[in-house]
Amino acid sequence: MKPTDLKNPEYFHKVVDCQYACPAHTPVPEYIRLIAAQRYSDAYMINWYSNVFPGVLGRTCDRPCEPACRRVRVEDEPVAICRLKRVAADNKDDISARLPAVPKKKNGKRIALIGAGPASLTVARDLAPLGYSLDMYDNQFAGGGMMRSQIPSFRLPLTVLDEEVNYILDMGIDATFDIQVDSLKQILDKDYDAVFVGTGAPRGKGLNLPGLEDARDHVFLGIDWLASVAFDHTDKIGKRVLVLGGGNTAMDCCRTAMRLGGEDVRVVVRSPFEDMKASPWEKEDAMGEGIPFYNNHVPKEFVIEAGVMKGMLFEKVEAHYDEDGKRSLIPTGEDLVFMEADDVLMAIGQENAFPWIERDLGVEFDKWDMPVVDKSTFQSTNPKVFFGGDSAFGPENIITAVAHGHQAAISIDLLCRGEAVSKRPPPMTNLASQKMGVHEWSYDNAVAPDPRYAVPHAPLEKLLKDRKLEVELGFDPATGYKEAERCLNCDVQTVFEEVRCIECDACVDICPTDCITFTVNGPEEELRTRLSAPAINLSQDLYVSADLPTKRVMVKDEDVCLHCGLCAERCPTGAWDMQKFLYNVSGTLV
Amino acid sequence: MSYQIPKFRHPDLPVNELGYTKAAYEGSISTLCAGCGHDSISGALVRACHELSIEPHKIAKLSGIGCSSKTPTYFLGKSHGFNSVHGRMPSVVTGAAMANRELLYLGVSGDGDTASIGMGQFAHVIRRNLNMVYIVMNNGCYGLTKGQDSATADEGSAGKKGDVNPFNAIDLCSTALQMGATFVARSFSGDKEQLVPLIKAAMSHRGFALIDVISPCVTFNNTAASTKSYEFVRDHAEATGTVDFVPMRQEITTSSRPGAAHEVTMHDGSVLRLYEDADTLNPFDRRSAMMALMDHQAEGTILTGLIYLDKNSRDLHDVLETSHRPLNQLEEGELCPGNKMLVNINASLR
Repeated sequence: MKPTDLKNPEYFHKVVDCQYACPAHTPVPEYIRLIAAQRYSDAYMINWYSNVFPGVLGRTCDRPCEPACRRVRVEDEPVAICRLKRVAADNKDDISARLPAVPKKKNGKRIALIGAGPASLTVARDLAPLGYSLDMYDNQFAGGGMMRSQIPSFRLPLTVLDEEVNYILDMGIDATFDIQVDSLKQILDKDYDAVFVGTGAPRGKGLNLPGLEDARDHVFLGIDWLASVAFDHTDKIGKRVLVLGGGNTAMDCCRTAMRLGGEDVRVVVRSPFEDMKASPWEKEDAMGEGIPFYNNHVPKEFVIEAGVMKGMLFEKVEAHYDEDGKRSLIPTGEDLVFMEADDVLMAIGQENAFPWIERDLGVEFDKWDMPVVDKSTFQSTNPKVFFGGDSAFGPENIITAVAHGHQAAISIDLLCRGEAVSKRPPPMTNLASQKMGVHEWSYDNAVAPDPRYAVPHAPLEKLLKDRKLEVELGFDPATGYKEAERCLNCDVQTVFEEVRCIECDACVDICPTDCITFTVNGPEEELRTRLSAPAINLSQDLYVSADLPTKRVMVKDEDVCLHCGLCAERCPTGAWDMQKFLYNVSGTLV
Repeated sequence: MSYQIPKFRHPDLPVNELGYTKAAYEGSISTLCAGCGHDSISGALVRACHELSIEPHKIAKLSGIGCSSKTPTYFLGKSHGFNSVHGRMPSVVTGAAMANRELLYLGVSGDGDTASIGMGQFAHVIRRNLNMVYIVMNNGCYGLTKGQDSATADEGSAGKKGDVNPFNAIDLCSTALQMGATFVARSFSGDKEQLVPLIKAAMSHRGFALIDVISPCVTFNNTAASTKSYEFVRDHAEATGTVDFVPMRQEITTSSRPGAAHEVTMHDGSVLRLYEDADTLNPFDRRSAMMALMDHQAEGTILTGLIYLDKNSRDLHDVLETSHRPLNQLEEGELCPGNKMLVNINASLR
């Protein structure tokens, strides 16, 4: 193998599993250390610059960082990264003075933002401090998009959402709410320098089953129903409720139904439990509220008696997987199952819809009727029109929308300055030794088995009476500290300098997880077979040095390195050092 | 700040025949200087014992005084241990081995503990061919007392202070051969590929097995003028040939390399394979071994590897015809057979 190129910022970035997995690449260990140091405002600001909505995301993020967490590979449960973010948000001081200043004198460029969801808000925040004039249009009465309409208040209190939306709107954004933009042409005709489309995936999918016509008054699309609850248009539901679907929207629907008078609320899903799309913790919380899941049940028809909906019929199936893991649901041949229902909520997915974009504006659409959007610049085929969030590539999540927003803002800024949008700025990185003394490092390098702490919940009987009462109480500062200490500080890198190495083997002998080997070089596949411990996790890189005096190389398998620093402590010559690697995705603000 | 070893281990560590991972053979974290060769020897011992699937409670590790003699704390944390008086480890092992022949005796000593204060005990334990492994962690200096030259420091070598050693060195391998040792090897702490099979072979040998391991002292004796520095040893070591150790339980036909010059069946049924690179040494001939050592000494090189092995070694128990059952397992009636037996014995002596 070639010696590892440490000049490539992506090498060490990838070692920081959580940050690498995060669509916005938030420097997770850095803010977790600040939480442990009770510097909540500092931790918050790191998040705010990177992911714009720390308080919202600390409650609602899909947390792609957590399955990636190294703790999973050495212990079991990941660090509660998401809920630690909330600790920073809950305990911060007033940070308004730390927000970037917005120049009074504008730069003369006008940008339109269609939609006021996370993607548009991110673009607005990234461009406002640069002096852009920003016009935002949204069909809801306030900003936030799906964060406001689809996430129930018991998961995300309005105060938290309003605070973080307002940080942005208060930057002098000219927002027009309660307006339905039904023509992109009209917007373009206003001669904007650029237009950002962040309209989400607003159309819920439905099932056209026999009997639907007669049942129509009692069948609702999940996201629309959640919105009407959020906007106080709906405040009750029947006693017996069937929720069709196994994603996070279904979980929000069933839990909301329980709070609006549902007594026998059931989630009915085609797929087996393990295949359900909902996040594991959302499933857990729904089950914790006493909601049963009926898996392997395919909805067949609505049962109507004398013009009144009585319930639904389901066919029982079994999941079979072929060699490629492709699933087919095969009927078991049992009788159809009847379930009584007063109301049915369909939460089986959502999709994009662009009826308002004229097809002669140079914005090309593909065969799935999705706009053709560049994956790194977010520019459409009309150079002035950009897409981001769910409207770009279909439904994802908030943090992905934020990441899109950052990149689109960079593109818009480049466009307005007359530069090529393909000229992406490199990330900003820094690598600095953390050595303080013989056995002293600037970070808590001691690593101990420590099971994940559970976030306490409000009492269920209270929760079911008040749909706005937040379920999770959040970590108190003391528990937050303990959870923060579970972080392995993967951003403090083991940096090896071959010219200093005397090949004494001290690092090999001390390494608790046998990451280090000195051996002759070879092709990666073969090299992996002769390391100190099995190196079978191919998603984790090998760190390889240049040739040493004995013609061997140092090979370190990054897989289960604890970043405990013992290699560096036991190194007599300082060939190993623990160096903190900061990686910031470049944006318009940093 | 911390100075502790995390409890986490690699999740896919191989297990041996007893179902143990390497972790079962580890000890406390070392308090020796960072980069000390002794820690590598500890690592090699852990590996050898794990790979041999020895039950940890069937090992007794004994030592004297010195940096080397501190190391038994840092490996085999679940084995028996005895940290004895300076230079007196051999007599304590002798007592223990006589009382319980079923344990594997691992003596750990240093150049001071062996070649100075313990020289007499060293000579006599070899002479008696006690069934033990005797490891010398040889760094040529007294690391615990600021690095003065030891009796194994080569003439002309200089440590950190720069004073050149004016005295002739005691060569422990030559001395052991002279005293009649039945297994003599030399190795280097920085070469586990050589050291681990040698330790395994020594553990399978019936009789006294010496491994003189050159183990650089990074703090006091790793200088450019030292003959026991990492760099000097790497540049001047000449191996007798490589050694493969095939444990008894492993089927020999599955061995990876053909062309062994010698195959020796050890006392416990395991097989030692010697692959010789040079034909200057016959490791089964004491005179050849002595000559090879002297030749390399004259050239200024260090002969490493298996230097001598007596295939017909008879250990102290064989010579003394002691009870096959350990003393600590004999019942009172066997240990004190009564007056009638005493009368018979006395009668036989009239």
